[in-house]
Order: sequence, then C-alpha cells, then structure tokens
Amino acid sequence: MTTTQSPPRVSGDGGSPRRGGRRDRMPGVGAGEKAVGLINGGFLLLWGLITALPLLWAILSSFKTNGEFRVDPLGLPSGVQVDNFSRAWSAANIGQYFLNSVIVVSISLTLTMLFGAMGAYVLARYDFPGNRFLYYLFVGGLVLPVFLALVPMFFVVRNLGSLPVVGQFLGLNSYLSLALVYVAFSMPFTVFFLTAFFRTLPTSVAEAGIMDGCSHFSLFWKVMLPMARPGMISLALFNFLGHWNQYVLPLVIMQDGDKRVLAQGLGTLAATTGFRADWTALFAGLVIALLPVLIVYIVFQKQVQAGLTAGVLK
Amino acid sequence: MNMRHGRYLFILTFLLPPVGIYAIYMLSPYVQAIYISMTDWSGLTAAQTFIGFDNYVEMWNDDQLHKALWNNLILVLVVPVLTLLLGLFFASMLNVGGRSRGGAVTGVRGSSIYKVVYFFPQVLSVAIIGIVFKYVFAPENAGGILNRVLGAVGLDGLQRLWLAEPDYLIWIIVLVMTWSFVGFYVVLFSAAMQAIPRDIYEAALLDGSSRLTTFRKVTVPLVWDTVQVGWVYMAIQAMDGFATVHIMLGINGGVQGAGDVLGVAMYREAFAEADFGYAAAIGVLMLVLTMVAAILFMRGLRRERVELA
Repeated sequence: MTTTQSPPRVSGDGGSPRRGGRRDRMPGVGAGEKAVGLINGGFLLLWGLITALPLLWAILSSFKTNGEFRVDPLGLPSGVQVDNFSRAWSAANIGQYFLNSVIVVSISLTLTMLFGAMGAYVLARYDFPGNRFLYYLFVGGLVLPVFLALVPMFFVVRNLGSLPVVGQFLGLNSYLSLALVYVAFSMPFTVFFLTAFFRTLPTSVAEAGIMDGCSHFSLFWKVMLPMARPGMISLALFNFLGHWNQYVLPLVIMQDGDKRVLAQGLGTLAATTGFRADWTALFAGLVIALLPVLIVYIVFQKQVQAGLTAGVLK
Repeated sequence: MNMRHGRYLFILTFLLPPVGIYAIYMLSPYVQAIYISMTDWSGLTAAQTFIGFDNYVEMWNDDQLHKALWNNLILVLVVPVLTLLLGLFFASMLNVGGRSRGGAVTGVRGSSIYKVVYFFPQVLSVAIIGIVFKYVFAPENAGGILNRVLGAVGLDGLQRLWLAEPDYLIWIIVLVMTWSFVGFYVVLFSAAMQAIPRDIYEAALLDGSSRLTTFRKVTVPLVWDTVQVGWVYMAIQAMDGFATVHIMLGINGGVQGAGDVLGVAMYREAFAEADFGYAAAIGVLMLVLTMVAAILFMRGLRRERVELA
C-alpha cells in the first residue's frame, strides 16, 4: 500500500508527499481557516464565561460583606465572611431546610430505587397477565405534565392525613408524604429505564441460580440486583439530582415554614432578602444548597452526563 | 418446576409497593383533575358544585390568562429554537470544529472541560438559577451585575431596570431558560456526533467542502434522530417555566403580571385565590397544550428530514 493510505490523523508531522502538495486547496489548513478556528474558539470561550460567571459571582458574593455586595458587586471580596454562612444556616433557617432535604431525599431515593427495581424486575423477567398493561401504565406517566396533578395531589395528601393510625405520618407537611410523592413521580422513568436494563442481563446466570435452589426472592436480592448495579448507579444519580432540586412539589406539600426543603426555602428567602437587606446570607445559603450537587457532579461527572442525557434518548 | 411455587406471590409482593404508590400519588390526581376542573370548588370547604365547562368559558374571557398563554407560546416557540441552534453550534465546534495540521477533523482542545462547564446548569436547582438571575437583572444598587457590567464597559445607555419593564419580562425568562438548557443539549448532541465515523469528515474535507457545508450536509443529517428527540423534549420543558418565573418575578408574574405563565397562574389560582376548580381547568389546558406542542414539534422536524435525505 502507498503512503497516501495512511490515516491523516497520524500525519501531523506534515503528511505524506501527495497530501502536502494539495494542502493549499484543503480548507483545513488555510490562513482563513485558522481565523475561523479562532473565532469559533472565541464563541466557545464566550459561552463558557456566560455559563460560569454568574455562578462564580454568586459564590464570591457569599464571601462578601453586605456593604461590599452593594457598593462593589463585581469586585473580589476583601476576606471570607464566615459569618454569612452561620447567619444563613441559623437565622435564615437554611440549616433546618438542609436537614429537611436530607431526610426527604434519603427516604425518597431509597424507596424509589428499591420499589423501582422490584417493579421493573418483575415486569422485565416474568410473564403474567397484565404485564404489558402495567408497563405502559408506568411509561405513560412520562408524558404527563406535573402541573395537572398538583391540585388534586394536594387533596390526596391532605385526605390521607385524616386516615386512622397511619394518618399522622401521611398528611401535609410530612417528610414521608413528600418522599412518597417523589417516589410516585419518579416511577415512570425509573421503571422504564430499569426494565430495559434487567432485560439485557443474561438469563444463564438466573438459570444457574434456579438450579442452585434459589427462591424468587433470593434470586433477585443475591443475583439479579447486584448484576444491575451499573444501571442502578446512573439512575440513582439521576433521581438524586431530581429529588434534591425539586421545587414545585414541595411548594404544594410542605406549606409549613419549618418543613420546607432547600430549593423551596431558598426561594422564600430570596423573596424576603430585599427587606432584610442581607444579601450575602442569601448567597451563602445558595452555596450551601449547591455544595452537595457540586460534589456529586464533580465525582460522578461522566455518569451524570451519561445518565441525564440517556433520559432523553431512551 | 419448583419455581412455580410462590411465583404469583412473588410477583404480587414485588408489584404492590411501586404500583400502589404510583396509583395513589400520581395516577389518581390526574384522573381527579379532570373532574375538579368542572367544579366551582374553593378547596377551603368540602362544598363543590358541578358546573360543567364554566371554568373553561371563564378562561376564554380571562385577560390575565391570555397574557400567560401568550407568554407560554413565546417560551415554547423561542426557547427550543435558540437552544437547538446554540446546542448544535457548540456541539459541532467541540467535536468536529478542530482541524489538526494534517487536515484531520477533531474536537477542539479542552472540549471535555467545556462540556463539564456547559452542562453544570443542568444539575442545579431551578430555584438557584432563578435567584442568581434575579440578581443579575436587579437594579444597580441591589447587586444587579448586568447594569454594573454595562456601566463598566461604557454602555451606560443600555442600563435598564430590567425587571421593572413589563415588555422585557418574558424575554428575560426566555434568556434564562435558554441559558440553563443549552449545555444539556451540547452534551446530548456531542454524544451523537462522537458516533459519526471520522472518515466521512475526511472525505468531505478532501472534496473541499467548507465548514458550513460540512455542518449542514454531514453533521446535522447524521445526528438528526437525536435532534428530533431532543427537540420534542425541549418543547415539553419550555412549556413549564414555573420555577423561573415564580422566583424571578413572583407569584403575580412580575410588573402588571406581564411575565405570567400558565404554571404560575395555576398555582396562584389554587393556593392564593382558593379557586381549585379554575386552577384544575388551567392544568387541563396545559396538558392539552403540551400534547399539541409535542405532536407539532415531532411533525415539524419529520418533514424536514425527508428534505435532507
């Protein structure tokens, strides 16, 4: 074979003779092309700045004094005002909201993954009358806008609160209620995604388990669920972000001030910040809310991007 | 087979929790919504009278609702178009925008860092985004950095009380939503572009096709399936806008209600005006609009594809 067959990627040293001769006619290397490349790079950088700067500004603002914030919002903070964070945490109640979010999301994420996996597993690997119906019942939920459900959902939760015995855990302003609402609204995508995932797992392993005398239950817990770990992880990340960032559902369920979750509490705080003239505490609260998400994003960057975009493609 | 024993017990045990929670907290509200939308229920007392389509007639005559509906149409038409164009542009820059010295088509340097930064708004709560941009567009003496920046670069003439101008409100919401969506689609389209064989680009290059032609004739047609799906998803997302408007402009949709959207109008009617029947009717309207938008968006691009093929 002649040298012209070599892939261009490795010809960075100038390319093969024939390639070199044609170079001027190739749009990839002309001087004008270089300018275009620079302009393109400029656009990319510009969008990077447009994305990053407002957030960096918010983080810097959380370190400033209120005086600095008002007089010189674009400047760098003179020092780190740790007090902003303690005011946000206690006076502005962000600490309580943070705790509420942690409690609700711990419950909702555990139950979503557990029940989602159970439902998806049965729908994926067991044939029974009504299987397809249930599957489409779940998947159909993907296209329903959350707003239509808000009003009746409020009453469903309120009415469950007046049930005997269990009612005290299930009414409005209850962690468990909000968590169960999150679970319900996460079911369509979770079941959809995990059903597809369980279908891809090899049957041979399951058969081996049956030969060893596994019951249906132990087959799921000891064999199938561990094998589904990669799918479970990306879905757990997806659901974590969705639950942690949820704004409209808690607005309906958690009407009592002390039960607000973070995103909702920040929204209320933002609405009153102007009157209290304490902007830096608001931004400190914002940074507190942002930290868990930032950590998850940095640690699981690839999985988060893959997991969230898979939501559209599947 | 010994597995037969207890099979249905197992299926039932495993299905009951997910199906039960889903039915109680998600499905039953949707079913009830349609009925509630035909009552005059205040939500405060148990009294509710069936009033047929009166709420729908009221919507027809409600000027504020028309404003909200109009704003939703702006969102659903403008945000996806902006997002799609910017998303495709940046994704193609990142993945096939670079040219190595030998003329090979590559991604630009640092493209993975760009993707990390671009994608970040996607993992943030809309509440945080709303708050940050509330202050970006705030007056200068309340931390408003946009006016500061304009002043700093000598464009004082462009300084405005952004959130006090009724005419600007919905366009500010358009910008904020686009800002928060673009990165997601850059990453989505990037994944599709990575799958395009490099030889195709090299062939196009040898044929002397320009960047723009390559983009139009090679890149776009080959990621079209992803674009189609993303486009419908964008329409559904753009229909929302609730959190952004609620946080940046408040429950009345800002000055003169000029930035109102249907989601906020619905929330206001239910939880501030105690008119749950009417709120539910707005919810039904939103469902219909979302479905129609999704179908139209699907149709819109499908036709285009035939043209390109």
